[in-house]
Amino acid sequence: MNYLDFEEPIRLLEEELEKARQIAENTGIDGSATTSELEQKIKNTRKEIYGNLTAWQKVQVSRHPDRPYALHYFNILSDNTFIELHGDRTVKDDKAMVGGFGKLNGEPVMFIGQQKGINAKMRMYRNFGMANPEGYRKALRLMKLAEKFNVPIVCLIDTPGAYPGIEAEERGQGEAIARNIYEMFNITVPIICVIIGEGASGGALGIGVGDKVLMMQYTWYSVISPESCSSILWRSWDFKEKAAEALKLTSEDMLANKLIDGIIPEPEGGAHVNPEEAAQILKQTVTEQLAKLKKIKPEKRIEQRIKKFEAMGVFED
Amino acid sequence: MSWFKRIRSGILTSTEEKKETPEGLWHKCSACKFISRTEEHAEHLFVCQNCGFHDRIGSEEYFSIFFDNNKYKLLNPNIISGDPLQFTDSKKYTDRVKQVIANTGLKDAIETAVGKINGKETVIACMDFDFIGGSMGSVVGEKIARGIDYALKKKTPFIIISKSGGARMMEGAFSLMQMAKTSAKLTQLSKAKLPYISILTNPTTGGVTASYAMLGDLNIAEPNALIGFAGPRVVKETIKRDLPEGFQTSEFVLESGFLDKIVERKKLKEHVSFFLEVMTANTR
Repeated sequence: MNYLDFEEPIRLLEEELEKARQIAENTGIDGSATTSELEQKIKNTRKEIYGNLTAWQKVQVSRHPDRPYALHYFNILSDNTFIELHGDRTVKDDKAMVGGFGKLNGEPVMFIGQQKGINAKMRMYRNFGMANPEGYRKALRLMKLAEKFNVPIVCLIDTPGAYPGIEAEERGQGEAIARNIYEMFNITVPIICVIIGEGASGGALGIGVGDKVLMMQYTWYSVISPESCSSILWRSWDFKEKAAEALKLTSEDMLANKLIDGIIPEPEGGAHVNPEEAAQILKQTVTEQLAKLKKIKPEKRIEQRIKKFEAMGVFED
Repeated sequence: MSWFKRIRSGILTSTEEKKETPEGLWHKCSACKFISRTEEHAEHLFVCQNCGFHDRIGSEEYFSIFFDNNKYKLLNPNIISGDPLQFTDSKKYTDRVKQVIANTGLKDAIETAVGKINGKETVIACMDFDFIGGSMGSVVGEKIARGIDYALKKKTPFIIISKSGGARMMEGAFSLMQMAKTSAKLTQLSKAKLPYISILTNPTTGGVTASYAMLGDLNIAEPNALIGFAGPRVVKETIKRDLPEGFQTSEFVLESGFLDKIVERKKLKEHVSFFLEVMTANTR
């Protein structure tokens, strides 16, 4: 288990609990009263800390090293029927973007999402969830495949941004993202997009145009990361907390600004505390939303999808 | 023999040559230092007569280049920015906007206009870099959306001249969603079989590249413009080595396969007019 700086009180209590358990085990004395008291204390502490998170702390939770990633959700949502499909048919297979068919409650679904690595080695392998153009093109290929066979699409978004490398520029990172956004307005099957961790800018939006766009509770979605925003507008990396507040990037702010359609609650203390439960909550929401979307005619769905994004913007006329 | 050899040109300038030319009468090319009369420079569409360097110009200049007899009508000229996030960095966003409006006489980073290009009625949306780095916020998105609605209604072609550092940070996710909003509107234009030409000028980066700038039926760029998704500084920081010569120039992007053509400014109208003609000849 990893702990964030503000989770320190929880870590100390967990440590105490572990000690109490060991003592009970070693001495044979009944310690159940102490342990259950400690367990309650942990629960309360978690509740208190997570009830008062700042925007920056939520950003930290969205990047928690124990937080579940896309493939975890694909497997649980599909009752382990998910089969990954690879490649963009042009350049290569991007490991930061994954996708494939699976069955959600027995019904076929195309799952697509950015994937981060679960340890140091895998983080490199997954390029920290930063897709190259071929990742976006793979995602689009899979979306069109799903459309062809009338299979709805679920996109799980979790990226610190599209990869800003030389080869990415050569292969048209901008065009790849633009093309995806554009084509997602033409896709006739239902699309549900969920931010499950980080929703950084164009890299997130590249698989983020949906009939329903939802955010899990402790995630963020904005035009730039708080760190980069701090470095550009304040000319220093030290204002990330301030930038996180100013950008209004939390799920509550995004819903209040009508830029997303809903928030999916997480287990007390964040998805990393109980990844299984987090996935079950997500599964239930996706199931309900898909059932509603399937009832709408394709042309109507596209019209509503366009109207929704068209309404976004604040100006004086 | 000296120890070091200067490989790149342009850094041999002696101090006395570095003097600023007074503004007004004379123009000094920022690339080759060639001096010409300001009027003459304007007649050459702000392109250096000596080296062909394209100076950055605004929407007003582009409209005069494209529209016959410099006659056109501005569409929705009075839309101005709101402040959806009540954003403050070193200063309040609302104050920043007010100040830029006062300094530039522009209302936001884009103007939309309708007029005739060699007799063919066309809507042009042209970005202005002087307005907060040509950044794309709600106003840019809305003006493009309404410009497209106008083109749809009047069945005219649509052109966007991009010149932008990317999305406007002070509007956060609202700016981000303009990428989706403008792309959504472009699908409607496409379904109506109305041509959309994207003209990329110096610079076109970030969220603008990752949306409408790259979505033209034709993508055309002015020579030697900076075009890319991530800015060169970000790419350099990521890969931790120097960038290759000519990286992210129009010529680089053309060779990479993302532009149809590079066209110098004085030939823009002629080319665009030809393309509009061939793209609409058989669709009426």
